[in-house]
Amino acid sequence: MAYFYQNPVLRWLLRNPIWGFVLIVFIFFSLSSEHFFAARNLQNILVQTSTIGLIALGMTLVMINGNIDLSVGATLALAAAFAVDVQSWAMFATWGNWQILPAVCLALLVGIFMGAINGFIVWKTGVDAFIVTLGAMLGIRGLVFVYTGEQSFYAMNFAYSDFSALSFGPLPVLAVIFLLCVLIVHWLLSRTVHGRNTYAVGGNREAAVNAGIRVGPHMMINFMIIGFLAALSGVLLSTQMGAATPNLGRDYELWVITAVVLGGTKLTGGKGDIIGTLGGVLAIGILRNGMNLMQVPAFYVYVILGSILIAVLFLDKRFNTSTDGGLRL
Amino acid sequence: MTASREPALRLQGIVKTFPGVRALDGVDFEVMPGEVHALLGENGAGKSTLMKVLAGMYQPDEGQIMIAGHPVQMTTPIEAKAQGVVLIHQELSLVPEMSAAENIYLGELPRKSFGRVDWATLEERANAILKRLKCSFRAEVTVANLSIANQQMVEIARALTVDARVVVFDEPTASLTDAEKVVLFDIINDLKARGVGIVYISHRMDEIFTLSDRITVLRDGAYRGTLTTAVTNEDEVTRLMIGRSLDLSRDEAAPNFGKTMLEVRNLTCPGLFENVSFTVRVGEVVGFYGLVGAGRTEIAEALFGLRKPDSGEIRVDGEAAEITSPRAAIALGISLVPENRKEQGLVLQMNCRDNMTLPQVQALTTGPFVAQGAELAIFDKYRDRLAIKTPSWKQSAAVLSGGNQQKIVIGKWLSMTPRVLIVDEPTRGIDVGSKSEIHQLLRELAAQGYAVIVISSEMPEVLRVSDRIIAMYHGRIMREFDIKDVTEDSLVQAISGISAEAVA
Repeated sequence: MAYFYQNPVLRWLLRNPIWGFVLIVFIFFSLSSEHFFAARNLQNILVQTSTIGLIALGMTLVMINGNIDLSVGATLALAAAFAVDVQSWAMFATWGNWQILPAVCLALLVGIFMGAINGFIVWKTGVDAFIVTLGAMLGIRGLVFVYTGEQSFYAMNFAYSDFSALSFGPLPVLAVIFLLCVLIVHWLLSRTVHGRNTYAVGGNREAAVNAGIRVGPHMMINFMIIGFLAALSGVLLSTQMGAATPNLGRDYELWVITAVVLGGTKLTGGKGDIIGTLGGVLAIGILRNGMNLMQVPAFYVYVILGSILIAVLFLDKRFNTSTDGGLRL
Repeated sequence: MTASREPALRLQGIVKTFPGVRALDGVDFEVMPGEVHALLGENGAGKSTLMKVLAGMYQPDEGQIMIAGHPVQMTTPIEAKAQGVVLIHQELSLVPEMSAAENIYLGELPRKSFGRVDWATLEERANAILKRLKCSFRAEVTVANLSIANQQMVEIARALTVDARVVVFDEPTASLTDAEKVVLFDIINDLKARGVGIVYISHRMDEIFTLSDRITVLRDGAYRGTLTTAVTNEDEVTRLMIGRSLDLSRDEAAPNFGKTMLEVRNLTCPGLFENVSFTVRVGEVVGFYGLVGAGRTEIAEALFGLRKPDSGEIRVDGEAAEITSPRAAIALGISLVPENRKEQGLVLQMNCRDNMTLPQVQALTTGPFVAQGAELAIFDKYRDRLAIKTPSWKQSAAVLSGGNQQKIVIGKWLSMTPRVLIVDEPTRGIDVGSKSEIHQLLRELAAQGYAVIVISSEMPEVLRVSDRIIAMYHGRIMREFDIKDVTEDSLVQAISGISAEAVA
């Protein structure tokens, strides 16, 4: 055990058990499936991961704050519907490919706006974020059905649906956008005042107030960030499909929360980071991809992921209570 | 009547040690049936430890507990209750969402077949007990809807479901109004008339002299004597309580006070504090002394923008100040080291450095990012200056000792170079060594030109650190002492409210 604690790599893995798991499943699938360790497939994993990955970045902020956002899947669907529909509005008919621009901007603004509403209600009413965003989840999904009339929208502009096929060198453009967002949010959380306050508010709200932090507006900003990221995720998903369906993003909130929790963020707030969250989304992405390649029926993935979620949290409780002085909830 | 000559409860030579502390050192205590026996002592004198031994929460290392003449062993609170010893805690332990009846019989609800609750019996019995206590409410009422006094009645009613021989009241009036107190005293006298032995723990001299038959004083975990209330007086009790002559000598030059930094005029917050006026000068430590609930913390909260006063005026450095939030207070140079460092001061999961710089990360930001070098410089400076013992700045605040945690909080506010530093209970739950370091530090800060307010419930502490002492009782300033003129007797009297008329 002494060696275990001295080796910096192992010590790092002990604090971020999810990366150990990522490593194990990566090696496992590389050995057991000939198609897994191929450049084309690894690109695929990154693209598939980017959808829930983007939202998970925002969820990390919101959860470190001690809140949660269940409305992300619905927000994603609403943003995707706007992005696809607005570009075919008559007023942009003569804009050529530029018609995509107002559509995407509007979609992202819708996401920010929905997040702002969530945050504002949590701030002003003091109602638990779980309840507020549960309501928003139902309400926004309802809006999606009203807006789309239960139909799917199809993108008429091929430049839109071709976007996701672009790549920078070996990296698909969606992966690049995702990794860029990972870097930005990581910096935001670890290096800026806003990030520091995120930990303080979630760790001890009273101490944060006593330190002069304006807790309400602070939480609202984080809800706006996750709203933006959910909308961005929706836009990117609709470019992949060339369409927006009213059921887009169903259950995504559960995948996202699973990924973030796997990455070591505490539901009670105050603890977590983007490195862990990246590990969490990659773990889910690799597992789904690898099992798909091995032709394991999709529902087994749920069983296995559920078991892993509980196992990882159990290990985390075991190790981190003993090394960190026993303060865990 | 022969039974009544045997004490209802007798403790003999009780010794209880914790690692490094001898909390109880051979304490004797007895209560006769139908007697109110007051237990008195300063904070930390051992009263609560003794009561926990009595309630079966602690096991004594030595000594004997006898109930009605028979030695007993009480290893759990349930056994103690079975022996007829009931504790009524300072903090109420009721389930607010349940009815009074359910609370009274919690854990012992009468049952019908298939484990169904027998509501009729439950409410009948509960109402009978409440009637005995002359309560004006019915047992069906939800506890959350009752006043604090009535909630206390429910707690007392719970004690009466067993055939209580001894009832212990631990600071029962801390949260009661005067009218509610009268009701409580009636009940205590009623219990007394029924032959129940009463142990009454309180700081308040006036209550003790109204209620008790005898007074036993503890000091530093040791028994200091038992007095008969009818033939003693406050002076004698006070002397027993304080006992030692405190070392108040300060090896420092006569303090040099500067201009008035903080001036408070007629600050009022109804029910909490009224017409509070005082000043604090540069280079001066003003001690606020009083019992818990005297309104001291609430004044600090008003000064820090956590509580909105109804009326009154606050001036900082001669200018009228509108303090509506901690943010505004911090901008004015007012800092508060709160009463409860773990709940109000620290983000426990956060590392030491981040905790220390929390209120000023904005000021330490250059470009988009926090300047970590500058943060570390601040941490290093105050770690050295306050002698904070931590292996590294990366250590989470949760694992530090109480003294070091408190130093982190003090360092946090010192690094902001405040104009007024308010410290609420600076050494609560801190070991003796760190305690004197913090006292020394507070003196040094004053010498360096800070205006300091220290709120404390410990007399040695206020005497040691203050230049002036403001004694509070029930939200009012009773008296202001210069450190040169203060006597312990007069201080105890001022905060107990016994000589209120004489002083006012």
